[in-house]
Amino acid sequence: MAAKESIVGSPALRYEGEAKVLGYAKYIDDLHFPQMIHGATVRSKFPRGRITAIRYGEGIPWDEFTIVTWKDIPGENTIVHLLKDHPCLVQEIVNHPEEPIVLLAHPDKALLRKAVDAVTIEYEPLPAVFTIEESEAPDAPVIWNSEAGDSPNVFKTYLMEKGHVEDVWATADYIIEGEYSTGAQEQFYIENNGVIAEYSEQGVTVWGSMQCPYYLHHALQLAFGLPEQKCRVIQVETGGAFGGKEDYPSVIGCHAALLAMKSGRPVKMVYDRMEDMAATTKRHPSRTRHRTAVSKDGKLLGGEIEFAIDGGAYVTLSPVVLSRGTIHAAGPYNWPHLRIRAKAVATNCPPHGAFRGFGAPQSIFGLERHMDLIAKTVGITPEELRRRNFLQPGGTTATGQLIKDPIDLNGMLTRALEESGYHAKRAEFAKTNPTSPIKRGIGFATFMHGAGFTGSGERRLNSLVAIEVDDEGKPEILVSSTEFGQGTNTILCQVAAQTLHISYKDVRIAQPDTDRVPNSGPTVASRTAMIVGKLVEDASHNLLTCMRASGLLEETYTPEQFCHAALAYKQQHGELRATARYQAPDDIFWDDDKYHGDAYPAYAWAVYVAEVAVDTRTYMAEVKNFWALQEVGKVLNPVLAKGQVEGGVAQGIGYAIYEKCVWKDGVMANNQMTNYIMPTSADLPPIHVLFEEVPSIHGPFGAKGIGELPMDGPAPAILNAIEEATGVRFNHCPLLPEDIFDKLANPTLISADSSQLQPAVAGPVFSGTTP
Amino acid sequence: MSTITFTLNNSQVTVDAPPMTRLLDLLREHLHLTGTKEGCGEGECGSCSVLLNGELVNSCLVPTLQVQGATVTTIEGLGEHTHLHPIQQCFLEEGGAQCGICTPGMILATHHLLEKHPAPTLDEIREGLSGNLCRCTGYMRIFEAVQQTAKLAEAGK
Ligand code: FES
Ligand code: FES
Repeated sequence: MAAKESIVGSPALRYEGEAKVLGYAKYIDDLHFPQMIHGATVRSKFPRGRITAIRYGEGIPWDEFTIVTWKDIPGENTIVHLLKDHPCLVQEIVNHPEEPIVLLAHPDKALLRKAVDAVTIEYEPLPAVFTIEESEAPDAPVIWNSEAGDSPNVFKTYLMEKGHVEDVWATADYIIEGEYSTGAQEQFYIENNGVIAEYSEQGVTVWGSMQCPYYLHHALQLAFGLPEQKCRVIQVETGGAFGGKEDYPSVIGCHAALLAMKSGRPVKMVYDRMEDMAATTKRHPSRTRHRTAVSKDGKLLGGEIEFAIDGGAYVTLSPVVLSRGTIHAAGPYNWPHLRIRAKAVATNCPPHGAFRGFGAPQSIFGLERHMDLIAKTVGITPEELRRRNFLQPGGTTATGQLIKDPIDLNGMLTRALEESGYHAKRAEFAKTNPTSPIKRGIGFATFMHGAGFTGSGERRLNSLVAIEVDDEGKPEILVSSTEFGQGTNTILCQVAAQTLHISYKDVRIAQPDTDRVPNSGPTVASRTAMIVGKLVEDASHNLLTCMRASGLLEETYTPEQFCHAALAYKQQHGELRATARYQAPDDIFWDDDKYHGDAYPAYAWAVYVAEVAVDTRTYMAEVKNFWALQEVGKVLNPVLAKGQVEGGVAQGIGYAIYEKCVWKDGVMANNQMTNYIMPTSADLPPIHVLFEEVPSIHGPFGAKGIGELPMDGPAPAILNAIEEATGVRFNHCPLLPEDIFDKLANPTLISADSSQLQPAVAGPVFSGTTP
Repeated sequence: MSTITFTLNNSQVTVDAPPMTRLLDLLREHLHLTGTKEGCGEGECGSCSVLLNGELVNSCLVPTLQVQGATVTTIEGLGEHTHLHPIQQCFLEEGGAQCGICTPGMILATHHLLEKHPAPTLDEIREGLSGNLCRCTGYMRIFEAVQQTAKLAEAGK
């Protein structure tokens, strides 16, 4: 048998890597179809209002243009996600700036741009809200009303309870409150959103840059009123996504398809950077309030957490983002009593959407900052506080999930602090900081991230994968799971090769095309390696069973014998194909109503340590060094896994101290690369990536999810380190020099801040507030 | 329209194009070399990087009339299927390309950096590549790829 044990866990070269380094890989903007024309979008320039007229200005040859409004939509005017509140094109009421109203297509891109500017939308303004606080104010205008009868302006709420938190306040030695908030963050994939659509009697086809072909497939069925077999979606090479191409391709895909239908020609729609930044989704801004009862020896007795996110103007994915944020709000700690109230509110900003971490980075930021506050209040080190409260095997999470894996958070913390020289540095900085204008600090965050869809999500997805042998006797993996840089192609081929005992180079993976690949679920939620990987492993086994049953394949065989047997089988039977469908493990239970049970089949665990320097003359904070230790189950490919962690940490560093979306009445004002700052190669510190591998029974060869985890830890670790360095608490990210200046240069601001250290005093922020 | 003649990836080409056409569009649309990518169109991301007379430029900022008589190298001029350029090979092996959209520009920036500093220090690499944004990698695997290329070149001497 060839290559047993060696493929999984080896640094197999990226499947499509050669095409990428050669510049041969074809992204959507690299494709050109005969007769193709270009599409563009006329958008609202106001946050909320009723359209009274649409005027097509002078000097444009309008008869040469294809013009689409909501009236041209053959099916339902909706981009379907969880609800149908999100229109494909505005009919009457505009609910956010940059909302699509009219679509135009023309062969000449330059003329198209002029035409977009020549369309004027006349409207009567309606009152609007732009922040969580404005949305929840008692006198707020109602901008969104639920049919389900929830409060106005509220998309979704969750209540998660463990024990009886009311009972703990009286017994607490300390009650510690804090409020933490995070800003929006742009995904900043380097390739903007783009698609090409074609329409004919046979149906509608869309090629594009995307994560989830079947999401767009579903959206097309609704917008066009077509049966599924008349809709086809093909993912082409995708230049980064990070969640930003999870739901948005449904919008741009439907738009281009409408233009293709009306013009009778293929239509390419590729946003430029400014449009992409202004109009497409970002990470949800959030606010987390903590009220925690703690004993004098630093045990968490109980807590109340109030978590709120700004969903923007339509529901889109907010309930799911909220769900992950809610479950992760409790962190890897033992809470005897806990109540989490969470809500996603409506504002008149463009809808916020998926971004790596999906709500978890927001609530983990709040918790890990709060843990450092608790430590200070109680008078123990941040390290000691965590050690006294870590979840242990046999313990239960905030949702009541029993920890079965032999996880050792204490050991991980010890290792991460040793690798980073934490103790020595703390002592050194305490000595040097008082006399230096540059204040140095080291801080950390401990956290976990669930892999796969939450709760019963995977059961509902019911994913299917297939493996088919091609005419050369090579197995080809058929999945809708997409590659956009994370390594999907490579790891799935590694898993199949190892299971089939053939060489990695002999396994292929199909381009995701809904006419050809089954629905293996969306490429989100750190689910591909663990859930889809396991299905690929199962399908590979099924393929072998089928070949052996036919008598063509012996128990042991060489790769050549596999190939011969596969071809012989095909000759006899016409095709050789095996499938595997998701089957929920029987020891996983989840109660959607009570929000209780096994939230995820498996978690990845991590300790991230950040070393920072804050220059008190320039108010610049810099990350000088970074350590990322994680337990992610079996590492399928060490080079790709490291790359995932480093890339995620870099985005997390951006989230912490660089990347600020500046909002003006719901409009992103800095929608350009020049003034939205993401870290460059000169800004980032060395990132030391360390793995621990505790194989999980849920993933192929013991793998768990890895993609989102590295986004969770950097921001709180960095702000914890900045507090260590400066002695000042900052509770909002991103933290830019102007924010540091505000507090450092204004000592009065520091003392006036109610969240400053006041042991055992219940501050005004939380008490008495309800979501 | 003007007629422009220049050396592209070692061969002479002549094209008719409006003189203010961006070099990026000339390459991608007129000459169908789509390896050069557009990330921002405003000189910020470096995904459109090419070598113009040996210097690294953002082709989205270069009007076509400036390339008359010049030498231009794009990613397509560096290696080919059966024979990757050492930089390409090292990017492939070290994981320097993830989604790949920044990769052609990053590889040309590396080429330019190694011409200037055949054995670059880490700081020289960090500075040398800072005009090329990558959202996927966090740059660490790219640094490894650059160092590995330099090491191979040194060993091959
Ligand atoms: S496209 Fe030229 S620098 Fe971004
Ligand atoms: S590899 Fe995706 S942007 Fe660099």
